[in-house]
Amino acid sequence: MSDPKRPLPRADEFDTRDFWAATKNKEFKYQQCSNCETIIFYSRRHCTGCTDGNLEWKTATGKGTIYTFSVVRQSYHPFFRNQVPYAVAWIDMDEGPRILSNVVGVTDPLNDLKIGQAVTVEWEEHEDLCIPLFKPA
Amino acid sequence: MSQKRDAAIVGIHEYPSRDVEGEISPLQIKAESAAKALSDAGLNWSDVDAIYDAGDGGGMSGLNIAEYFGLNPNVIDTTGVGGSSYEFHAAHAKRDIAAGKAKVALLTYGSTAHSNARAIGVGGRGGGSMHPAENMDAFAGMTLIANYAMVAHRHMHQYGTTSEQLAEISVATRYHAMRNPEAVQAMEDLEFLDIRETSISDVINSRMIADPLHLLECCMISDGGGAVVIASPEVARDCRKPPVWILGSGEATKYPKNGGDITSSAAVQSAPQAFGEAGITPGEIDIAMIYDSFSITVLALLEDLGFCKKGEGGAWVSGGRLRFDNPNGPALNTDGGGLSSNHPGMRGIFLLIEAARQLRGESTSQVKDARLAVAHGNGGMLGSRHSAGTIILGRD
Repeated sequence: MSDPKRPLPRADEFDTRDFWAATKNKEFKYQQCSNCETIIFYSRRHCTGCTDGNLEWKTATGKGTIYTFSVVRQSYHPFFRNQVPYAVAWIDMDEGPRILSNVVGVTDPLNDLKIGQAVTVEWEEHEDLCIPLFKPA
Repeated sequence: MSQKRDAAIVGIHEYPSRDVEGEISPLQIKAESAAKALSDAGLNWSDVDAIYDAGDGGGMSGLNIAEYFGLNPNVIDTTGVGGSSYEFHAAHAKRDIAAGKAKVALLTYGSTAHSNARAIGVGGRGGGSMHPAENMDAFAGMTLIANYAMVAHRHMHQYGTTSEQLAEISVATRYHAMRNPEAVQAMEDLEFLDIRETSISDVINSRMIADPLHLLECCMISDGGGAVVIASPEVARDCRKPPVWILGSGEATKYPKNGGDITSSAAVQSAPQAFGEAGITPGEIDIAMIYDSFSITVLALLEDLGFCKKGEGGAWVSGGRLRFDNPNGPALNTDGGGLSSNHPGMRGIFLLIEAARQLRGESTSQVKDARLAVAHGNGGMLGSRHSAGTIILGRD
């Protein structure tokens, strides 16, 4: 029996497929409307800021800060139950997008992480895409 | 400002068992609860002309539930926004009755979450079908409690809120639960350990589930259900029990925004609608039935409802303020709440039921001469996408 795997996004989901396609090249893409400048994340086909939207894809640097996080001690998920304790966090990218992810690369997530801490993207490779995890900068 | 009294809660029932051992279905819980709530009002099935349903019975709910009950309602509303659906239903029932579209509205809920071993309280993920937001979030392994824990952590960071302050909410609800025989039975049936009143240190010394939230800050996972009957003033006057008027309502949703403040909820939008319509202020509220999925849910919602300023909730709840016998009030979740009495997944209906009990003088933790109550439901997940339904209730 194979080890349980991290749940992966569907590469064919209509609104987010272009974001996930870009992760194959380890690029963190987001959208900005050239008409009203609204930043759109998660990606969509329409602008949420104006009705004359013209969405343009941009590439983030991969740098951000921890907006908030929790260290999960208990999970019933077949993959994540073997990962505890692990840090789940909302990350504010320097360019504006806020993404839910994990902060990895620390030995004691409770004491080694702080709200406001600088982090940078750490791509986890999978067959058809990469997952944007984060580590302290 | 004059208060409108367009519709009243006239019948209530809370299904008594929290563990049906797989012997009864959610639909059966709904039907039995409906019959008993109608009987509580002195009404019958044939009086019902409007049905409100959150889809918990399965199938195409608005179509199937009418057949199952054997009714031919003129109004069918299937608003499903999670645990606060019943506050939305109460708001819509009042609106539909005021518009003359119906006279007797029936709201029902049934769940066998405990029997199904669904993980709602401490370890599982919320449900839902594939949505682009889900396609972004699923890889991170955010448990339901971690979603709320991240709100708590940010609240602590932003305002200096402490675990001791959050524990006040768990302590107050358990204090009320120990006075409610059905809540005590629920905790026994669900095999709670060491069932008794708790202290702040009990809460903060209980096992950490997702930092900074401890086990005793998490709701139970029960079976259960209930029903509420809402009627026009003409019908209400002839009912068996005194009417509990719906004085105001508010609805809203909130979702993650780039750069947004996770510590404030959709209640910021729904509460002014409800209090404004009722023409009252939070300071006048005797009974606060606030959705207690977790301790932080209540703290954030009390602030957003306007009981105190944003960020001051920790200090405000301290010193046992939320206990039913504290004159500073309001009394919080006097049935024992989702933390210690009943949480089968969508607790919103119990907020209406216990608020009605208080305004009738029937609670096991009765506040003397209670006149005004707020029932605020939070559906979905507080730290990401969620719904807010605020209902203001008052007696004659």
